[in-house]
Amino acid sequence: MVELSTPVRWGLRLLAIGYVFFLIAWPVGLVVKHTFTGGLGVLADTLTDESVAGALRLTAMVATWAVLINLVFGVTISVLLVRYEFPGKRVLSALIDLPLSVSPVVVGLALLLVYNGRTGWFGPTAEGAGLTVIFDSPGMVMATCFVALPLVIREVVPVLVEIGDDQEQAARSLGAGAVQTFRRITLPSIKWAVVYGVVLSLARSLGEFGAVKIVSGNITGRTQTATLLVEAKYQNFQQETAYATSFLLILVSIACLVVVAFLRPRAAR
Amino acid sequence: MSIEVRGITKRFGDFVALDDFNVLLPSGQLTALLGPSGGGKSTLLRIIAGLDRADAGSVSIEGVDATGLPAQKRDVGFVFQHYAVFKHLTVAKNVAFGLEIRAHGGLRPPWAAQRRADRARIDRRVAELLELVHLSQFADRLPSQLSGGQRQRMALARALAVEPKVLLLDEPFGALDAKVRKELREWLRRLHDEVHVTTVFVTHDQEEALEVADEIVVINDGRVEQIGTPDRLYDEPANDFVMGFLGDVTRVNGQLVRPHDIDISRVPLLAGAVEGTVARLLRVGFEVRATVLTDDGEEVLVQLTRTHARAVGLEEGVTVWLTPVTGAATVPALPSMRSAG
Amino acid sequence: MTSVLTAPAVEPPAASPRGRRRARRSPRSAPRSTLTRGSALGLGIAMVWFSLLVLIPLTAVVATAGEGGWDRYLSVLRNDQTWAAVTLTVGQALLVTALNVVVGTVIAWVLVRDRFWGKAALDVVIDVPFALPTIVAGLVLLSLYGPNSPLGVHWAFTEHAVTLALAFVTLPFVVRTVQPVLEELEVDVEEAAASLGARRGTILRRILLPSLAPAIAAGAALSFARAISEYGSLVLLSGNRPYETEVVSVRVLTFIENGNTASAAALASVMLAIALVVIVALDLVQRRVARRG
Repeated sequence: MVELSTPVRWGLRLLAIGYVFFLIAWPVGLVVKHTFTGGLGVLADTLTDESVAGALRLTAMVATWAVLINLVFGVTISVLLVRYEFPGKRVLSALIDLPLSVSPVVVGLALLLVYNGRTGWFGPTAEGAGLTVIFDSPGMVMATCFVALPLVIREVVPVLVEIGDDQEQAARSLGAGAVQTFRRITLPSIKWAVVYGVVLSLARSLGEFGAVKIVSGNITGRTQTATLLVEAKYQNFQQETAYATSFLLILVSIACLVVVAFLRPRAAR
Repeated sequence: MSIEVRGITKRFGDFVALDDFNVLLPSGQLTALLGPSGGGKSTLLRIIAGLDRADAGSVSIEGVDATGLPAQKRDVGFVFQHYAVFKHLTVAKNVAFGLEIRAHGGLRPPWAAQRRADRARIDRRVAELLELVHLSQFADRLPSQLSGGQRQRMALARALAVEPKVLLLDEPFGALDAKVRKELREWLRRLHDEVHVTTVFVTHDQEEALEVADEIVVINDGRVEQIGTPDRLYDEPANDFVMGFLGDVTRVNGQLVRPHDIDISRVPLLAGAVEGTVARLLRVGFEVRATVLTDDGEEVLVQLTRTHARAVGLEEGVTVWLTPVTGAATVPALPSMRSAG
Repeated sequence: MTSVLTAPAVEPPAASPRGRRRARRSPRSAPRSTLTRGSALGLGIAMVWFSLLVLIPLTAVVATAGEGGWDRYLSVLRNDQTWAAVTLTVGQALLVTALNVVVGTVIAWVLVRDRFWGKAALDVVIDVPFALPTIVAGLVLLSLYGPNSPLGVHWAFTEHAVTLALAFVTLPFVVRTVQPVLEELEVDVEEAAASLGARRGTILRRILLPSLAPAIAAGAALSFARAISEYGSLVLLSGNRPYETEVVSVRVLTFIENGNTASAAALASVMLAIALVVIVALDLVQRRVARRG
C-alpha cells in the first residue's frame, strides 16, 4: 500500500473532514439548533398547527403509496430481469434507470402533459371516468413513484444475481410451484435487499419536491406536502415553522440513514 | 425400463450439447453418466429432471411421458454439485421442504386439524431421514454451520424425503476434497443398497464411476460411446475413447493396450514381440513405470510391480522384448486418434 | 445511470471439446424468451405501468417539443434569459463536477485508506445529501451561508449559492462510486510496483489512478447529470434571479407556470437529451470496465 508521508495524510484528512463539515455537518447542525432556540415550544406549536399536521399526513400517505407501488413493481421487474430471457430485456434494464437522471421539474412537466384534465393526452378521458390525476393525490403519488422508481430494483438485482438460481431449482425439483418457490425461497433470500430498497425509496419519497410541486398545484391544506410547506412557510416569513418542519424531515431522513447503515453489514453477509 | 430418453437434441447457440441422444436407464440401479466436461452429461441430467428443456426428443420416467412436465411435477429428486441448500432454513426444515409442499402447499390454515396431523407425519419422516444420513444431531443448525460433506448429505436427504421415482445427482461430490469424496462415494453405494431408488449420477471421475455404479454410460460430444457394467467397460472397451477415458493406455505394435497388460522380458520369448530399449525407470511406491523406446521409434509405457521388475532384471539401457499379455483388452490404434480428454 | 444489469460476459463455445464451458445454463446471448405464462403476465402488467408512468409522459415531452419544429427550439434557446440560464447551469455543473472529482476522490481515499476517530461518522454523513429532502438542503445551507451566517458570508442569491447547492446534492456520487473500487483494489499490485522500484508518485500515477479512472468518470457523469437537473435545493437559496442565479429547471418551471408548456417541453427535452447522453456514456464506460475486469 502506498504510505503517504504524515503531512500529506493529515492534509488529505483535513480536506475531507473540513469539506464535509462546512458543506453538510455544520449547516445541518445549525438547522437543528434553530429549531430549539425558542425551546421545545416551537416544535410543539408547529406540530399542532393544522396546516403542518395536514401536510405531514399527506406526505405520509403519498410516500406510503409510492413505496408500496415501487416495492411490488421493483421486485417483479428485478425477478424478470435476472431470472428470465425476453426480447428487449437490455433496453428495459437501461430504461429502468432513466428516472434517476431526469430532473424533477421535467418529471412534473411530463406527467402534466399526459394527465392534465384539459389538454392532456389521457387526462380528459381519466376525468371523464371520475379520476382526477393532476392537482390531486394520484398525480402526486405518480410523481413520487417516478423519481423513486429504480431504487428497489438497484438493490434487489445484484442480490438476485449473487444468490443464483440453484436454490430455486432445488425447490422446483422438490415439487414447489412458481409462487411457492418465490414465497418460501426467493423472498427470504432477498429480504434485506428489499428492506434496504424500501428505506431508500421512503427517504426519497418523503423528500420529493420539484415534481410534486408541479403536479400538485400546491393547494394549501389539500395538496401541500411537507416539503412544499417548508418552501411556503419560509417565503411567508414564518421561518420558525419552516425550520421546525425541516427538522422533522431531517430526523426522518437521518433515521433512514441509520437503518440503512445498520442493515448494510447484514445484507453483505 | 425406468428412464427412457429418445432423440434428445439440445443446442446452446451454435454449440450442440446433445445430438439425437438415446438411452435406456434401468430401474432400481445406480447408473453413472461418465464423460469429459462439456460432453453433455449434465445437460442430459437436467433435461431428465425438467430443469432444462430439450429442443427435440422425449423423456419418459417409469413409463410416464414427462417431456412436457415442469420439474415440480416429475417426481424426481435432484442433488446439485454445489448443494443448493436453502440457506435461511435449518437442516430439518430443508429436509422437510418437499414434504411440506406436498402436504398442504402452505395453503392450509395453521389451525386445521389436518395440518397438525401432517406436521407430525413430516416430523417423523424428517427424523428418519436425518438418521439415515447421520445428521440427527444437526437438525436445528443452519446449513452455514455444516461442512461441505454434511451439506451434501443433507441435500441427499432432502431429495430422498419426497420418495422420488428417480434420484438424480449432478457431480454430487465434485466440490468436496478428495478424502471426503471417497467416504461419501462408499456411503452413497451403501445407501443405494438400502433404499434401492433408481439413481443416476453424473461424474467426470472414472474411478468414482467404476467404484460406485452398477452400470456406466460413457458420454462424449453429446453422444453415447458405450453402455455397460464397470467390468465390461474396462475389459472390453468399445473404442479408443472409452479405453482411454477409463484408464491409462499405451500404444504397442499398432494396438492400444493398458500399461499393466504388457509382458516384458530380456529375452525374445514369443513370436511377434517388439524389441526396444529401456529409456527411463521410475519407481512410485510398489509400482515401477518403465518407458521403453522400441526400434520403430514408439515410446511404450509399461507398469509392473517392484518384485516383478527385479525378477526381470530391468535397468535403464537394457534391451527388452514387449508383448501384450493374453486376454488383454486391446483396441486398434487409429491413425488419427480422437482426443480422449 | 447505467443499466442495472451489467453486460453479461458471453462465453462463446470454444472449438475444442476440452476448452468448452460446461453447458449447464443457457448462455445469456440467446434472445429467445423463457417467460412462462405467469411471468409473461407479470411483465405485461409491469410494462403497462412503466409506460403509463415513465415512457408515455417522457414521449409526450419530446412530442410536444417537436410540434414546433426546429424554429421553436431555436427561438426558445435564443431567448437571452433562457440562454443565460443554460450557460449558468452547464458552467456550474462542470465546476461542481470538477470539484467532486478532486474532493470526492480524496474523501473516498481517506475513508478507505486512512484511520482516525470518527471515520464511521464521516462515512454516514456523506450520505446525508442523498437522504435529505432537497428543499431542506437549501434551507440547511441558508443557515450557514445566508443572511444570518455565523461565518459572516452572505452568499444567498449569488452565483456562489448555486455552486453550494449543487456541491451539496452531488457530493456522494464520486465518493460512493470510487470507494468500493478502492476497497477492492489489491494492495499487492502497489507493493509489487514498489518492489520494482516505483516511487509513490509513480505508483499513484501509473497504478492507482488508471484503476480508479472509470469509477471517477462514472461518478463525475452522475454528478453532472444531477447538477444539470437540480431544482429543489436552489429554490430558497439562489433566489432565482434572471440572468444571475436562474438555472434551467427554474426556467422550465417558469414556462409551466406561465402556461407556456410548448417552450417548457422544448427546454425539458434538451435536458432529457443530456440525461440520455450521460446514461449512454456511463453504460459504455461500465462495459469497458467489465470487459477489462
